[in-house]
Amino acid sequence: MNTIENIKERFQELQSANGNKLKSLEQNAFDAFNKMGIPTARHEEWKYTRIGNVFNKELHFKPTSTITPQELDQMRLPGHENANEIVFVNGIFSTSLSNVRSKELTVKSLKEASAGEFSEIVSKNLGNSNRYSKDGIHALNSAFAHEGVFIHISNGKIAEHPVYIYHITDARETNVLAQPRNLVYVSERAEIEFAETHFTLGVSESFTNEVLEIVVEKDANVSYYKIQNDKEQSSQVCTTHFRQVGKSYIHAVTISLNGGMVRNNLNITLEAEHAEAHLYGLYFLQGNSHVDNHTVVDHVKANCLSNELYKGIVSDNATAVFNGKIFVQPHAQKTNAYQSNKNILLSEGASVNTKPQLEIFADDVKCSHGCTVGQLDEEGLFYLRSRGISEDTARSLLVHAFAIDILEHVKPAILRSYVDKLIFERLEFETS
Amino acid sequence: MKTGDFQQDKVVMEDELDPIERQVQGDYKYGFVTEIEADEAPKGLNENIIRFISAKKEEPEWMLEWRLKAYRHWLNMKEPNWANIRYEPINYQDIIYYSAPKQKVKPKSLDEIDPELRRTFEKLGISLEEQKRLSGVAVDAVIDSVSIGTTFKDQLAELGVIFCSMSEAIREHPELVKKYLSTVVPVTDNYFAALNSAVFSDGSFVYIPKGVRCPMELSTYFRINAENTGQFERTLIVADEGSYVSYLEGCTAPMRDENQLHAAVVELVALDNAEIKYSTVQNWYPGDKDGQGGIYNFVTKRGICRGVNSKISWTQVETGSAITWKYPSVILKGDNSTGEFYSVAVTNNHQQADTGTKMIHLGKNTRSRIVSKGISAGVSNNSYRGLVHVSRNASNARNFSQCDSLLLGDKCGAHTFPYIEVKNNSAVVEHEATTSKIGEDQIFYCNQRGIDTETAVALIINGFAKEVMNQLPMEFAVEAQKLLAISLEGSVG
Repeated sequence: MNTIENIKERFQELQSANGNKLKSLEQNAFDAFNKMGIPTARHEEWKYTRIGNVFNKELHFKPTSTITPQELDQMRLPGHENANEIVFVNGIFSTSLSNVRSKELTVKSLKEASAGEFSEIVSKNLGNSNRYSKDGIHALNSAFAHEGVFIHISNGKIAEHPVYIYHITDARETNVLAQPRNLVYVSERAEIEFAETHFTLGVSESFTNEVLEIVVEKDANVSYYKIQNDKEQSSQVCTTHFRQVGKSYIHAVTISLNGGMVRNNLNITLEAEHAEAHLYGLYFLQGNSHVDNHTVVDHVKANCLSNELYKGIVSDNATAVFNGKIFVQPHAQKTNAYQSNKNILLSEGASVNTKPQLEIFADDVKCSHGCTVGQLDEEGLFYLRSRGISEDTARSLLVHAFAIDILEHVKPAILRSYVDKLIFERLEFETS
Repeated sequence: MKTGDFQQDKVVMEDELDPIERQVQGDYKYGFVTEIEADEAPKGLNENIIRFISAKKEEPEWMLEWRLKAYRHWLNMKEPNWANIRYEPINYQDIIYYSAPKQKVKPKSLDEIDPELRRTFEKLGISLEEQKRLSGVAVDAVIDSVSIGTTFKDQLAELGVIFCSMSEAIREHPELVKKYLSTVVPVTDNYFAALNSAVFSDGSFVYIPKGVRCPMELSTYFRINAENTGQFERTLIVADEGSYVSYLEGCTAPMRDENQLHAAVVELVALDNAEIKYSTVQNWYPGDKDGQGGIYNFVTKRGICRGVNSKISWTQVETGSAITWKYPSVILKGDNSTGEFYSVAVTNNHQQADTGTKMIHLGKNTRSRIVSKGISAGVSNNSYRGLVHVSRNASNARNFSQCDSLLLGDKCGAHTFPYIEVKNNSAVVEHEATTSKIGEDQIFYCNQRGIDTETAVALIINGFAKEVMNQLPMEFAVEAQKLLAISLEGSVG
């Protein structure tokens, strides 16, 4: 039985269960998936990333896999003692492993939330990311939406504990397909910090198709850190969709260090005046890994600001893709939108495909984008060498200096030192 | 009464207005129709039409085969829809694919050319005599697909330069045409290139022999005259080792309510140490203020730097056409070759432009430079779409791209779609883009000094486009500056 058949079977199985308010949404999404299929290179948004191969391997849903707390311990991010931890195993929310410390935080399955007091919020916001991700992969996730989780952060409260989201794939026995789906609602004046990471156990192939939708209300402040350092056998498509429905501030940092095939879709819509969004990304690739960052910043209302900086270091035979889109809708006057993408190629087999894209429909705006592809600065190298620093050390210093523009935006000290450690390990590896 | 006739009257009236008023009115200046009897093919497209065109052109058998091959391939192709443009589907059976000004005997010199036709050129400001006497520009004028006369031919022939119409080249220099035609743009390249290959009726052919520096600017003037005709011209320029040529192309069309299709193909081949400079001022009829009518300009332009140290430079000023779809490209195959692209694209009212370039770096130490300036006004949409590709073996490739957009008014759109693909780690590629509007302070500064707002805008826009304008040959630069100002009239305030 192939992957597509497994998907169909699982869908029928879930749909036969009762009490699912999201049935029609899921059915529509499933029809859309059947119609659009797996995107090929002919799909403009998938021009540089071939995802078809992932589905050629036989992937299974493994909703019942168990991970022991001891196994989890090896994977936890530093600072977890003080954090709210939300754990997904093979795409399914695990109550036993998760730990909610803050009383401002409500965590429920989407199936439950769509029926209870949050039903209005869910029906209004679930599936908003459809606007930017018009492909079969996104539809496939939506077809299983009710298995996802709804996270609510209540009014005016400041969560003193960050929220750590773990996606654990248990590929010890078989190839796994996981589809986590989350909807986060950040109420007015709330302030929250997210860190999200992926781990794979075992050596079988796995594919994670994640969708995370975050609604940000007035005066809220959200920081979001995504750290990807997974195995080569694991492929991921991660869609993170921010909706700034009120005057709010978001700060998103994506750090991709490893993984077989990684695709990150980060969408931000600024739907209220004076909203502000800052996006940073670093990809540091080796081996045969392929990392694709697609970002969309959509300025719907006037007087907003967005600032985007993505930097990449590509070595061995790795491929990096960057596609940054900025839309300025009619009437979104006085928009400030900046975007920059900088890449360094360290080896002969490395490739970069970048496409910074602007679509502007208002005139009183300040928009700019730029991108560069180049090498380490020869003069900088010479300067260091002439001062008795070995070539290897000099190269790592320059690479680290290049990355630091992004690293300094990882604000929590404990995460910053964790990421720094990962980067230094990599640099030593690079130069040995 | 045909619309064309009406427009003709209007032009006469405009002539009586004083110059300032005429400027302000700012309609399409070149929208007159020349009443010449045309020799036309029936509407529609099938193999018989292609045979008809080929027979009319007295073409050899291999040329007909080549056309039919393109046509058969075209039948299996789909019209591209990825560009950022919208238009009603084109009915390819409703187009006349061949229309030639009717003349009984072939003209031997310019004096024999239909006086009516010559007056058209005079109105366009490229009187053949004038040009001949004063500017030293050799003009190969193309009206509705047939080249009507080429000036300065003898003088060029002395140097061995071949500058003639495509049909003449097929008859008289078949070995050159066979060797180079469709080597840069294969007949199967894309939908419009395949269509062009099947039905092209004429165009220019230039061959510059080894070591010759062409002493004058070569120039073609395209003009669509008859109603319901598509213009499908094909240009091929070959610069042999160590040669240099500068080529100018200008385009206008009468005002019509219907949309007309223009699907041209231009191929440039530069061998070792050769240089080709290709400049275009495109001023096809853009349609009226409500987006009615206008030319669909779907053009494939590509050059190949085949030899070492060769150079191809594209400069374009695009002010006309209802829709522009064109990406003059350079394939940098020879080591140390250089490609350049300078463009100003202006869209006003309902115009749409999706234009840019492709720089394909294949050879070592290749360099390319892209400067694109987009100006949008009215409810128009202006897109830059460009590709910079550095292949695995293109070591030390260097590219710099800059694309700036200027928005006039809050109903227009400016878009940038740059694709950058780098597969070599010694390449240095830079891209930057900005979008802005004309500052109120800038206008105020001009007003204060007695310059009215409209002139001030023209002034600022010319400054914005200066980097590109400087690349144009003298004769064109003056016209292009005026065109910029005219296309944007009425879009301020």
